[in-house]
Amino acid sequence: MADPQRPLPTLNEHDSHAFWQATKNKELKFQRCANCQTLVFFPRSHCTGCTDGDLTWHTASGLGTVYSYSVVRQSYHPFFRSKAPYVVAWIDLDEGPRLLSNVEVSDPAEVSVGQRVQVHWEEHDELCIPLFAPVR
Amino acid sequence: MSTQTRDAAIVGIHEYPSRDVEKLVSPLQIKAACAAAALKDAGLNWSDVDAIYDASDGSAMSGLTIAEYFGIKPRVIDTTAVGGSSYEFHAAHAKRDIAAGRAKVALLTYGSTAHSNAMAIGVGGRGMGTTPADNMESFAGMTLVANYAMAARRHMHEYGTTAEQLAEISVATRMHAMRNPEAVQAMKDLEFLDIRETTISDVVNSRMIADPLRLLECCMISDGGGAVVIASPEVARNCRTKPVWIIGSGEATKYPENGGDITRSAAIMSAPQAFGEAGVRPDELDIAMIYDSFSITVLTILEDLGFCAKGEGGPWVEGGRLRFDRPADGPALNTDGGGLSSNHPGMRGIFLLIEAARQLRGESTSQVPGAALAVAHGNGGMLGSRHTAGTIILARD
Repeated sequence: MADPQRPLPTLNEHDSHAFWQATKNKELKFQRCANCQTLVFFPRSHCTGCTDGDLTWHTASGLGTVYSYSVVRQSYHPFFRSKAPYVVAWIDLDEGPRLLSNVEVSDPAEVSVGQRVQVHWEEHDELCIPLFAPVR
Repeated sequence: MSTQTRDAAIVGIHEYPSRDVEKLVSPLQIKAACAAAALKDAGLNWSDVDAIYDASDGSAMSGLTIAEYFGIKPRVIDTTAVGGSSYEFHAAHAKRDIAAGRAKVALLTYGSTAHSNAMAIGVGGRGMGTTPADNMESFAGMTLVANYAMAARRHMHEYGTTAEQLAEISVATRMHAMRNPEAVQAMKDLEFLDIRETTISDVVNSRMIADPLRLLECCMISDGGGAVVIASPEVARNCRTKPVWIIGSGEATKYPENGGDITRSAAIMSAPQAFGEAGVRPDELDIAMIYDSFSITVLTILEDLGFCAKGEGGPWVEGGRLRFDRPADGPALNTDGGGLSSNHPGMRGIFLLIEAARQLRGESTSQVPGAALAVAHGNGGMLGSRHTAGTIILARD
C-alpha cells in the first residue's frame, strides 16, 4: 500500500489560488491594501480595512517567530498519524502575517514560544508546502 | 445603570439521560423526546410552542424539518448555528423575540449520536478546501485538541500558568460528576478506565494528547441531547416550575488575526454586554456553567468573564476553589460534571443552560444552597482560532 499522503490545498479555491500558485516558485505571498495599508492574510479579494480596497501582493522573507505551538501525539488522519509526534505552530512572519504550519525538528522539545524560524519548502506536483525549522 | 428586564424565563428543561444510545435512536428522536419531557416539566404542550430555535444538528433545512417533525407551526424560526454556543445565542434570541411580543413559548432542542457514530471530534482531521481559511491551514494537521493546546501553551508562556493549575478544572468537575448518577453512568457506558474522584497528580500524569493538554483535560465524546423551554412572564406564571429569568445576554465572535492574542477569547466582548444588561457583577454569581471542552477553555473564560484579571486564572483556581461546597470562594463550576466528566455530544451549550436552571430551581446533584445567580457561557468553534461566545446571565424568581 502507498504511503499516506499529506492533504494538499486545492488550487481551485478562489481566494487562496494566487497564494498557492506562488508557492510553486517557493514564494510566500501576502496582501496589503495600497489605500489603507491593512495587512490581509489569509488572502482575500476584498480589503478588510476599507471599502476602497486596492490589494497588492508582497513576498515575505520566510523568517518568523513561533507565536504558539502544540505537539500532536494523536491524530486519526493516516498521514499525520504516521508523522506523530509532530509540531503545529502559529508563526508570525516578520512582515506581519500569522501562518499555521509545522515546525520540523527531530525532537519536539527543541521548539519554544518566541523561537526564530525560517521557511523551507516541501515540493509537490502543482505547489509547494511552506514548512518551518528553527533558525540555526 | 442596569437595564435588567425579567421578560423571559426558562420554565422547562430536560437532559437526555443516556450517553450511549447504541444507534437505537436518531438525533431527531432524541430532540423530540427531550422536547416532550421539557414541555411536560413546564406543564405545557406541543401546541403551546410558537417559536423554535435549532442549530441544524439533526437535519438540513432544520427550521422546516424540525417544525414538521415536531408537528408545530411556529411564528418564529431561528436556526443560528455557531457551534457549541448556539444554545446561548438561541436563549438570547428567544428573550428578544418574547420581549418583542413575537412569541410566547420558545423551544430549544439538541440531539446527537456522536459517540455511536464513532466521531473522532478531537483528533480527527479537518476537511480540505471548504473555506479559504481551511485551504490555507489544513495541510498542517492541526487537530481540534491541538488548537486548544496552542491557547494553553501561549497562556503558560505569557502568564506562567502551570499544568497543575489547569488540572484544578478537571479535578473540580470530576468531583461534581461523581455526585451525579447520570454522569457516573455515562463514564461507565463510555468505558472510562478509572471512575473516581481525581487528584491534580492524576491529571498531570495522564497521557499527553497534544502538548500541553493531557487526556484528563479533554472532554468525552458521548451521545445525548437536551431541551429548554423559554416562556413569557404570563405563561411562566402558570407553569409547574419556578421560573429562571434570563436577565442578560451577550454574543461575540473571534477569529485568527495577524498579531492577535489567543489568550483572550470572544468572551471579553460578550461578557460586558451580558453583565451590563443584567446589572450584576461576576463576584455576585453563585454558579458558573462554562463550556469545558478542555481545561484551558474554562481557565480562559473565567478570566474573560471577569472573575479574575487576565493571566491570573491559574493562581485563582488553586486549592479547589471551584468546588460546589466552597460558596464563599466564588462560583461553583459545572456542577453537573461538565463535558469533561458527564456529557459532551459535540455541542454542549444546551447543558449549560439546563444545569444552571437546575441550580436556580434547587435541583442539582451538587446543589449550592440558595443559589440565586448563574452564568452560562458557551464557546463554539475552537478557542485557539475561530470561535463564538454566548453569555447568558440567569436569576431565580
